[in-house]
Amino acid sequence: MLRQGPRFLLSRVSAASMGWRRQFATDLPAETAGDSKFVEAWKKVIPNIDPPKTPSAYMAPRPPTPSTIPSKLTVNLVLPYSSILSGKEVDMVIVPATTGHMGVLPGHVATIAELKPGILSVHEGNDVSKYFLSGGFAFVHANSVADIIAIEATPVDQIDPNLVQKGLAEFQQKLNSASTDVEKAEAQIGVDVHSALNAALTG
Amino acid sequence: MAMAALRREGRRIAAPLINPHPINPLRSSLASSDREHTLLGVRSISTQVVRNRMKSVRNIQKITKAMKMVAASKLRAIQTKAENSRGLWQPFTALLGDTPSVDVKKNVIVTISSDKGLCGGINSTSVKISRGLHKLNAGPEKECKYVILGEKAKAQLVRDSKKDIELAFTELQKNPLNYTQVAVLADDILKNVEYDALRIVFNKFQSVVAFVPTTSTVLSPEVVEREAEAGGKLGELDSYEIEGGETKSEVLQNLTEFQFSCVMFNAMLENACSEQGARMSAMDSSSRNAGDMLDRLTLTYNRTRQASITTELIEIISGASALEG
Repeated sequence: MLRQGPRFLLSRVSAASMGWRRQFATDLPAETAGDSKFVEAWKKVIPNIDPPKTPSAYMAPRPPTPSTIPSKLTVNLVLPYSSILSGKEVDMVIVPATTGHMGVLPGHVATIAELKPGILSVHEGNDVSKYFLSGGFAFVHANSVADIIAIEATPVDQIDPNLVQKGLAEFQQKLNSASTDVEKAEAQIGVDVHSALNAALTG
Repeated sequence: MAMAALRREGRRIAAPLINPHPINPLRSSLASSDREHTLLGVRSISTQVVRNRMKSVRNIQKITKAMKMVAASKLRAIQTKAENSRGLWQPFTALLGDTPSVDVKKNVIVTISSDKGLCGGINSTSVKISRGLHKLNAGPEKECKYVILGEKAKAQLVRDSKKDIELAFTELQKNPLNYTQVAVLADDILKNVEYDALRIVFNKFQSVVAFVPTTSTVLSPEVVEREAEAGGKLGELDSYEIEGGETKSEVLQNLTEFQFSCVMFNAMLENACSEQGARMSAMDSSSRNAGDMLDRLTLTYNRTRQASITTELIEIISGASALEG
């Protein structure tokens, strides 16, 4: 009877702690160092109210940098209105950075790239999907995860060439007749985007 | 025979004396049941007053039920947008980390709240958290300012922190939220406010009945560089190559502004969802309370009605027995 005691207690304790640790899908099992510092500082100054949660509590942790180069690149393409690609494993992506089109392969060095309006092509095996991006940022992490954040992204086959030509002509005219710097800048942006669209359709 | 005739005569004579008596109390009860013929100063509510109360409570119940339906439909519309925008801030947190405990000189707390009321306690929660962050980040050589979005937080914070409020924006939800509007708003804030760290306080929408107060931190480019040199979470930032732009600081500047607008967009959508969800549950409990109140009033009404009938009967019977006996 006494021999069974510790085993029984242990099983009870572990069952209780397992029940206690039941989590929601959005919770992380461990808090990061910055969070616990914040939580402690908060509790010291404001003991009565629970500290607010921070974004890292809602995000799955990213995989660490592997020692060998992985075979596939994980791509996330996000827009304000939807996540077009999320965690997709591909062979290569070509992003339209401001310094030119940049190809990203698995094992690419960590990069922060500012994007200009242009085509993003996603290569997986023999499939190539092309999206026209309106601009944004691309982060390539050391663990072969690429995050591309854009404001608008449309598949190239959904762009209407007539509207592109019309828009290009309109903005070029506005550029010629612009008087203030602000108007010139706006017209220049319009011309850039439309000529990129044009290039996307033809190229 | 003569006795029977006399008795009939007596009844015929007494008839006019008796007859008006039963009619009068009935007529008086039909005309004015406002004043009961109470005995010995016993006060009781009249049926008219109770009926008025019941009518108004029933109207309130209908209105709150309708408001709940409206909030439910608005929530459905905005919930898909909020869930789609959740992927937007994750790359920034993956790159720049989450640093709520960063120590900077100029803190700006951006509090997001609703314009309309009747939405439960979410606005008070946001204001409490903002005040807590203010207290946490106050100190010598450190300043903490507020930028307020929404009427309700403005009303609460103006009372005791008027001098700390830098900017206030209201009527943001007249048109459905879209990224362009939020980008313009973010631009406005960044141009007019000096900041080292922006702390955005909002209610994250977890489910229709659960809203979690959350704070996201966006650092200015100078602080990002400083933290990257210091090491810690941002220490790996130096290992990233910068493509595009002329200098690293230019790219970091653009990055910070973009991060702020993305995080604001998601925060505003989540807060709007939380507002509609909170309003749904507030209006639901309000309808239920109105229903309970209506039940209690119905019981009171019936009791009052029966009491007045009983009183009339007592009067009639006592009057009749006084005449006979």
